[in-house]
Amino acid sequence: MKPTPDPVDIEVITLWDKRVRREKLGKWIIIGLVFLWFAFLVLFPLYGIFREAGEEGLKTIFSSLKTADSIHAFYLTFITTLVAVILNTVFGVIMAIVFARQKFKGKLLLESIVDMPFAISPIVAGFMFVVLFGPEGWIGSWFESMNIKILYAIPGMMIATVFITIPFVAREILPILREFGREEEEAAATLGASRWQAFWRVTLPSIKWGLAYGVTLTIARSIGEFGAVLVVSGSIINMTQTATLRIHDQFMNFNYPGAFSAALVLAVFSFVILLFIQYAYKKKGGPLL
Amino acid sequence: MSGIRVENLRKTFDNFTAVDDVSFGIEEGELAALLGPSGSGKSTILRIIAGLERPDHGRIYLTSREVTHHSVQERNIGFVFQHYALFKHMTVEKNIAFGLEVQKKSKKEIKAKVDELIDLVKLEGYNNQYPHQLSGGQRQRVALARALAPEPRVLLLDEPFGSLDAKVRKNLAQWIRDLHKRIHVTGVFVTHDQNEAMEISDKIILINRGRVEQIGTPREVYETPATKFVASFVGNVNVVESVISDGSIFINGVSPDITLQMRECDLAPGEVVLLVRPEEISLARAATENNLPGIIRAVHYRGSFYEVEIDVGNNLVKAVIDKEEYKAEEWRAKDPVFVLFGKYKVFDASEGYQQVHSMLKQYGYIE
Repeated sequence: MKPTPDPVDIEVITLWDKRVRREKLGKWIIIGLVFLWFAFLVLFPLYGIFREAGEEGLKTIFSSLKTADSIHAFYLTFITTLVAVILNTVFGVIMAIVFARQKFKGKLLLESIVDMPFAISPIVAGFMFVVLFGPEGWIGSWFESMNIKILYAIPGMMIATVFITIPFVAREILPILREFGREEEEAAATLGASRWQAFWRVTLPSIKWGLAYGVTLTIARSIGEFGAVLVVSGSIINMTQTATLRIHDQFMNFNYPGAFSAALVLAVFSFVILLFIQYAYKKKGGPLL
Repeated sequence: MSGIRVENLRKTFDNFTAVDDVSFGIEEGELAALLGPSGSGKSTILRIIAGLERPDHGRIYLTSREVTHHSVQERNIGFVFQHYALFKHMTVEKNIAFGLEVQKKSKKEIKAKVDELIDLVKLEGYNNQYPHQLSGGQRQRVALARALAPEPRVLLLDEPFGSLDAKVRKNLAQWIRDLHKRIHVTGVFVTHDQNEAMEISDKIILINRGRVEQIGTPREVYETPATKFVASFVGNVNVVESVISDGSIFINGVSPDITLQMRECDLAPGEVVLLVRPEEISLARAATENNLPGIIRAVHYRGSFYEVEIDVGNNLVKAVIDKEEYKAEEWRAKDPVFVLFGKYKVFDASEGYQQVHSMLKQYGYIE
C-alpha cells in the first residue's frame, strides 16, 4: 500500500514543479532569441541568394557559370587559395614552433606582427602592396626593370591573399604547441629519435587537428577575400578577376543572374567548409587521437 | 665497473645555481635515489645525466664511457618522465615500439620485444588502448616499458611515483624494486619522499641546495646522518636545543643539576642541538641516570602506535610508544615523566640552522 504523502512533502514538490517550469520557460525564450537573431542575420540573406538564383532557373545558372570568364574567375580563386594554403601552412608551422620553443629578443614584437592582418583593413593592406610594388615603389621598380609584372597580375593577388591569411595556421597551432609542451619531444629524443623524426612522429600528429582547423580557416578566408585583391588586381575580366571580384563586377553591371549564380557556388562551398571547420574544431578540442 | 659517474657538475639558470659542484658514482646494476626537497636541483642533475640539459661544468660517464658531449640520442638512456609524457596519439603497443621503430629494427624483432615488455609490465590485453584510457599506474608502466624497449645502459626516473595515489604508489614502488632485480639495469630515480627512497633504493644520494649532503645506503643515512640536514630530512626527528659546557650537555630550560654525559667529544663548547628520532626516546615513571624530567603535553592515537608529546625544559619532543607499552603505562596529558634519549646526534646550532628549523616547523616538529 502506498503511504499517504506528508502535506509538507506536497508543498515542497509543488514549489519545485513551479520552479522547474519557470526555468524551462526561460530556457526556451533564450533559445528563441538566438534563433531570431540568427535568422535575421544569416538565414534570410542566405535564403535570398538561393531564391534569387533559383528564380532564374537552373538553366540560366549553369549557362552563366559555364562562360569562359566565369570559369577563369573560379580558377583564379582556386590558384590563389592553393598558394596561400601551402605557404601559410609551411611557414605557419615553422613560426608556431619558433614562438613556442625558442627564446629570443623581440619575440613578443614578432608575435604581435603576425596578428597584423587581423587588425588591418584588407583595403589598406592592398594599398600597401600597390605602394610597394607599383612602378614608383622601390621593389616595384626593380621588378619592372626585370620585366616581371607583380601588380595588376596574378603574383600580386597571391601576395595579397597570403598576407591576409598569415595568422590563421600559426595562431591555431601555437596554443596547442604550448600546451603540448616539450616533454613528449624530449621523450622521443631519449628514445633515440632525431629532431626530424620527433617532428613527424610526435609533434605533427599532436597538432594535426589544430592544423586542419587553421587550414580550413585559411581556405575560407582566401576564397572570400575581396578588398585587398580588388586593390592589387584591378579586376580585369578573364585576367585578374577572382570569383568574389566577378560577383562584384556582375552586380555592378546589373547582371543579377551572373552575380547570384557565382554567389550561390561560393555559398555552397562555404557551407561545406563550415561543416569541416566544426568537425576539425571538435576533434581539436577532444582527445588528440 | 661503474654504471654512472658524474664529476663536478655545475649548472646555473640565470642567477640561480641549481647544481653546485656535484660528484657521485653509482655501481653497475645499482638502483640509486636522488633524494632532496623540491627545488634542490635533483631533477636538474637527472636531466644533465640524460643529456636533456647541458651542464656549465663537469663530466658525465655512463658505463665508464665519457658522454659529456654526447647528444641525448647518442647516450642510450631510458628516461621515465614525471608525467610520463606518453605519446597520446599512439596505442600502448606503438608507444613501446617507438624507440625500436626509430632505430629501424625489423617488424619481427619489434613485435617480439613489445610482446616481451607488455608481459613484463603486466599490460596484456591493453596493446591497442590509448594512454587516456589507462589509469595512472598503468600509464606509468607503459612509460617504463617504452623506456626499456631500446635496452638502455641506464634507466633514469624523474619522480616516478609523484602523481600516483598512496596505495598504487606503494605497490608500484615494490614492483619496480623487483623488476630492477630481474633486469639488472643501472637505475637512478629522483624523489622528494624519503620513505620511497628508503624502500626501493640500494643507495641514497642526498641533495640539498644543489649540493651533495651525503651518499650512503638507506641505513647509513638514517642511522648515521652526516649533516643536520640529512638527519632532519630523512625520517622524523626531534630538535633539542642545548649548550655544551665542561664536557656535559645542558638542555635548555632543564635545571642545570641534570645533564647528559657527552658521547661525542669533537664539538667545542657552545650552543648545540641534539637530534633524536622519536623511536629513540623511551619514557619512565621514575628517574634514573641520564634521563630528563618532563611533562606530557598530549597523547595522540596513530593507529599502530601512540605519539606522545612531552615538554622537556624549553623543548617539545615527540616520542613513539607502541600499543603494549601504552596499555601498561596509560600515559595521560599533564603526567610527569622521565625521558631517556637512546641514539642521538649533536650538531653545532649555527650550522644550516635556518633551513633545518623551517623544515622541522613545516613537519610540525617544533613550533
